[in-house]
Amino acid sequence: MDLSFSKEDEEYRREVRAWLRKNLPKRADDDEGGELTVADPERIARAKAWQRKLFDAGYVAIGWPKEHGGQGAGIVRQAILNEEMVLARAPAPIGMMGVQMLGPTLIALGTPEQKERFLPPILTADELWCQGYSEPGSGSDLASLKTRAEVDGDFFVVNGQKVWTSTAQFADWMFCLVRTDPQAPKHKGISYLLIDMRSPGITVRPLVQMTGQAGFNEVFFDNVRVPRKNLVGRLNEGWLVANATLSHERNMLASTTRTQQLMSDLLRLAKRRSRHGVSVLRDPVARQRLADLQIRVESMKYHSLKQLSDGIHGRSAGIGASVNKLVTTELNHDICAAALEILGSHAGLSRTSPHVEDRGVWPIDWMFTLGMIIGGGTSQIQKNIIAERGLGMPRGA
Amino acid sequence: MDFGLTADQQMLAETARQVLSVEAPPRTVRRIADDPQGFSPELNRKIAEQGWFGLLVPESHGGLGLGMLDAAVILAELGRSLAPVPFLSSGVLATSLLLAAGSTPQKKAWLPRLASGEAFATVAWLEESERLDATGIALRARRARDRLRLSGAKRFVVDAQQADLLLVAVRTGSGTGPAGVTLVLVPRDTPGVSVVPLPSIDRTRRFFEVSFDDVAIAPSQVLGAEGKAWRHLEALLDVASVAIAAESQGGAERALEMAVEYSKVREQFGRPVGSFQAVKHMAAECVALVEPSRSLVWYAAWAQQEIPKDAARAASMAKARLSDVYSRVANVAVQMHGGIGFTWEHDMHFWFKRAKQSETWFGEPAWHRERVARASGW
Ligand SMILES: Cc1cc2nc3c(=O)[nH]c(=O)nc-3n(C[C@H](O)[C@H](O)[C@H](O)COP(=O)(O)OP(=O)(O)OC[C@H]3O[C@@H](n4cnc5c(N)ncnc54)[C@H](O)[C@@H]3O)c2cc1C
Repeated sequence: MDLSFSKEDEEYRREVRAWLRKNLPKRADDDEGGELTVADPERIARAKAWQRKLFDAGYVAIGWPKEHGGQGAGIVRQAILNEEMVLARAPAPIGMMGVQMLGPTLIALGTPEQKERFLPPILTADELWCQGYSEPGSGSDLASLKTRAEVDGDFFVVNGQKVWTSTAQFADWMFCLVRTDPQAPKHKGISYLLIDMRSPGITVRPLVQMTGQAGFNEVFFDNVRVPRKNLVGRLNEGWLVANATLSHERNMLASTTRTQQLMSDLLRLAKRRSRHGVSVLRDPVARQRLADLQIRVESMKYHSLKQLSDGIHGRSAGIGASVNKLVTTELNHDICAAALEILGSHAGLSRTSPHVEDRGVWPIDWMFTLGMIIGGGTSQIQKNIIAERGLGMPRGA
Repeated sequence: MDFGLTADQQMLAETARQVLSVEAPPRTVRRIADDPQGFSPELNRKIAEQGWFGLLVPESHGGLGLGMLDAAVILAELGRSLAPVPFLSSGVLATSLLLAAGSTPQKKAWLPRLASGEAFATVAWLEESERLDATGIALRARRARDRLRLSGAKRFVVDAQQADLLLVAVRTGSGTGPAGVTLVLVPRDTPGVSVVPLPSIDRTRRFFEVSFDDVAIAPSQVLGAEGKAWRHLEALLDVASVAIAAESQGGAERALEMAVEYSKVREQFGRPVGSFQAVKHMAAECVALVEPSRSLVWYAAWAQQEIPKDAARAASMAKARLSDVYSRVANVAVQMHGGIGFTWEHDMHFWFKRAKQSETWFGEPAWHRERVARASGW
């Protein structure tokens, strides 16, 4: 155990802090909660510009190897950057699905050409990605997916439908699971394709979420031609690739940075509000609840440091990503629920209401965080994984 | 920066698990639990051979000179096995207090003997009020010429039946605050000292009421400076909290393992009960409690050694969380066993009871959460 930082690392922290202080965008108008669901062009442009700025300063994907545009930074730098982002309440880069999900997958399993073509614009937010996994008939049972891709010379021809595809309405590319061998057992006939969202034959139809925002979409494929060179991994072995991405996704959804940010926002709220004539922080019941949340947040913070260290030492994460996803998404939702309780009747007021607190982000985030309990594999599916793969409990039933 | 155990600490954990599986398997624990005395000199000797009782004692006093994280590693293993040995009472609590507050002659007199396991000590702190602030120390020591004279009682003195030395918190000054709290060293065989068992649900850890009937205390028996001991007790509260949390982590892990093992072999409806999703989800929810809490315990133990300004908050976070986690996991583990888990014959109840005893001892979770709130400046 060593939680101390070297002189160089402390210097790095000062640099990051100074940079953030100087460059942080004004958030007031931008923050509508549910950060991944941005859907208006100006907001997207601003968010892209922010990621670009972060990247130019060397603060995006710092853990990636240098040759792929990262800095090969160790866990210490990553932890410092995360911490400073939390303290500064900085928005996360918009291209998280590329940076945190597809990027690491390509670095591990992509061809040299794919890395060269796709990694740089992921970092700069010049190309945004969406994830085409779920279908109307295939959610938790993802491997039953039916979207079909047939080989035609140097191309795949894709037909079918995806659903709940977050950010597809403005994404440039999709990493997509398709069925390439309908005869094979369900896990063995899937391939992983990179699809240009501007390809002829793609129709994107936004779906309005319970938050009122159009965060996810239906995506229809009608004879969409995808070059064979956009196949990641081998033909019919896409399930392996998909799972690599899924564990990155679980870790992304389990970001303790986001959780710490929510918790510190909750505490700010608690400090300035009172209920029934008593300031929230003087109320013993509220103190209990806040302390319990704080303890759970800190526990995940140290746990994520442990997992980063385990990674460095080559200790396997096992089902760690599922535990993180399960715990963190539920914790995030609990934090938001506590905020609504503190707000009382003000809790439900929307952004445009007079008297709204925190620009109306709490009810939005409260809903959004429930969505994250479902997305990326529901809590129930995570529990199945933990029990079967982690504890070795028998399958079936 | 590196968050985790060192290679030495991992080895310590492996050795401890190995030793305890041989020396204190469940049937041994059960035998000691059934024993009216509630301890085994033979087991204590085996543990002493490992040097654990001297783990926190500096090498200059015959110990291993290790820190709280190393102790937490051993405590987690003891929490797994429930071996009824006086490690927490003597090797951690009394030793920490002697180290922090003792004079050189006092340390010389006792630390080597505690380190070798030749003698044991325990701390007599709690009283009827069970208050964990300075006001809780109400047992008054009267001054009679150069002696102090002690009459009254302490409760929940752990392992007092096997302790040679009691470290007793008393009040020597007037008032009820931190000033005037004094620690005294009282050999258990001093005339006027009586030790009465407080039989409780947890037979693997024995508590006692210790009464003092006009017991005379010489100046040499005062630990450190008279009237100035409160800060040592306050620090000891953190040590105790981390220690109990570490034990609880190990206990929760073991209870869950036993329940999962059982679910794989017990069949109903023609298949293992562990194949039922309701059972799987109970177990998975326990994993989600147990895994992150381990890191919290490690951090809290480390903070005791290395991050003094966060030591109290970290200790209370760990105690609050692990109390909740252990009690919940032990409850689920019993349920996963069905009827057999409710019997005296099956071992599961030992962990279930230890969880509750630990949850309530040295501050229940709500008390620690309030302490976290205060330490966070709320
Ligand atoms: C906000 C949001 C964003 C999303 N973004 C994307 C995206 O960008 N790309 C993408 O591909 N998908 C996305 N999804 C889809 C998400 O991955 C699926 O919704 C999820 O996997 C569940 O699938 P389903 O909706 O079909 O529910 P179902 O699978 O029909 O589940 C219904 C209920 O049954 C339970 N259940 C199902 N199977 C089991 C089982 N074996 N054991 C126990 N319980 C079970 C589930 O837990 C759930 O409670 C998103 C979802 C949300 C909510």
